[in-house]
Amino acid sequence: MHSNRYILIYSTVMVVLVATFLTLVAIGLKPKQDYNRRVEKMQNILAAVHVNTTTQNAEDLFKRYIVDQYVINENNEKQTHINAFELNIEKESKKPREKRLLPIFVSKIENEGTKYILPVFGKGLWGPIWGYVALNEDKNTIYGVFFDHKGETPGLGAEISTLEFQHQFKGKKIFDKNGDFISVKTIKGGANNDDIHGVDAISGGTITSNGLTQMLHDDLKLYERFLKSKN
Amino acid sequence: MENKESIFSPKIIKTFLGPLNQNNPISVQVLGICSALAVTVQLKPALVMALSVTIVTGFASLIISLLRNTIPSRIRIIVQLVVIATLVIIVDQLLKAYVYDVSKKLSVFVGLIITNCIIMGRLEAFALGNKPWPSFVDGIANGFGYGIILVIVGFVRELFGSGKIMGLSVIPQSFYQMGYENNGLMILPPMALIIIGIVIWIHRSWNKSLIEK
Repeated sequence: MHSNRYILIYSTVMVVLVATFLTLVAIGLKPKQDYNRRVEKMQNILAAVHVNTTTQNAEDLFKRYIVDQYVINENNEKQTHINAFELNIEKESKKPREKRLLPIFVSKIENEGTKYILPVFGKGLWGPIWGYVALNEDKNTIYGVFFDHKGETPGLGAEISTLEFQHQFKGKKIFDKNGDFISVKTIKGGANNDDIHGVDAISGGTITSNGLTQMLHDDLKLYERFLKSKN
Repeated sequence: MENKESIFSPKIIKTFLGPLNQNNPISVQVLGICSALAVTVQLKPALVMALSVTIVTGFASLIISLLRNTIPSRIRIIVQLVVIATLVIIVDQLLKAYVYDVSKKLSVFVGLIITNCIIMGRLEAFALGNKPWPSFVDGIANGFGYGIILVIVGFVRELFGSGKIMGLSVIPQSFYQMGYENNGLMILPPMALIIIGIVIWIHRSWNKSLIEK
C-alpha cells in the first residue's frame, strides 16, 4: 500500500508532465490547424457563390473570385484597418448591435456580375449554425447561400448543409416591393411557389429551421443600411 | 511467465489473435457500439476512427504497463484516464492538423474515445498485470478487432448507401439507369446496428464455440 504522500506526489508530477507535454503538442500543431481553418472558410465563402473548390485550389480561387473585402458597422461606415477575413463572426455575434463589425466580401463571377457575400451566425437546436449569403448587385436578390452547423441532428436539422436545401434560396428576395426589410423565412409544410420570401422548412427539423429564419432575419438586418445604399 | 520470451512467441500470437476472433470487442463483448454507429456512414472516417482507437489502445496499454509497478492502486483509474485522455487529445490534434475534413466528420467521437470501454477494459484486465510488450500487442489487437468491424460496417453502408467506396463511385451508371437506387436507410444509424447484428450472426455461425450452451 502506498502512502498518501506518495500518491499526492505521484499525481502532481503526472499532471504537470502531461500538461507540459500537451501544451507543446498544441503549440506545435497550431499553425497547421489554423491554416486548415482558413482554407475551410475560403471554401465556405466561395460555396455561397457556387464556386466548387478543393482544399488544394481554394486559396487560388479565393484570390481570383473575391475581389474586395471590407468591414462596415451598422451605419454603413467603413471600418478601416480591420481585416474582414480574419474577423471572428462568433465573437462579433455576442456584441451589442451598435458595436458589431460587419464583414462584406465582394465577388466577381464571370458573366454574372458583382455579388456581395454576407456572413450570418445563429443558433440551431444543439449548437451554433452559420453560413454565408450571396446577394446580386441589386443587394436584394439572393444569388446563393451556404449553411453549416456544429452538431444538428443528422437527417433532420443537419439537412441545412445540403445543396438541395440551399438551392431553394436562389432568387429569393430580402426586401418587399415597398423596400421594407422582410428577410427569407423557412415555412413549415412548404412554401408556395410564388413566395419570394419563403423556402420549405425541414420536416423534423423545426427548431433548426426556426433558428435559421431567426439568424437570417437578425444578421441581414444589421446590413440594412448597407443594402439600401447605392454603393 | 518466463523471463526471456521471444517477441513472437505462441503466447503473444494468441494475445494478438484473440481480439480478432474469439474475444472481439464489438461482436463478442459488445463494447464500443456507440462510435461504431456514428462514424460508419462512409469508409474513410471508419478507417481513421479504427486507426485512432488502435493507436490509443496500443499506447495506453504500453504506458500503463510500463508504469504498472509505480501506480498507486487507489488512484489507478485516475492514472489510466489521464493517460488515455492525453493520447486522445494528441490524436485529435493530429487529425485536425493533417486530415481536417475527416476530423470534422468524426467531430466529438474522437474525444469520446476516452470513454470507450474497450480501452479502459484492456488496461484494467491486461496492462496492469502484464509486461509492456504483451500489453502493447493486446492493445493493438483489440484496436484491430474493433477496427475490422468498423471497416466492414463502413464498407457495406457506403457501398449500398451512397454507391461509393472511399468516396469513389463504384456502382456503374448503367445500374442506375436500369432502376437501381441507393438505399437511404443505409445512411441512417439504425442500419449500423442491423449490420453489426448480421456480422455477429455470421461470426457465430462460423465460430461455433461462441454460441452459449
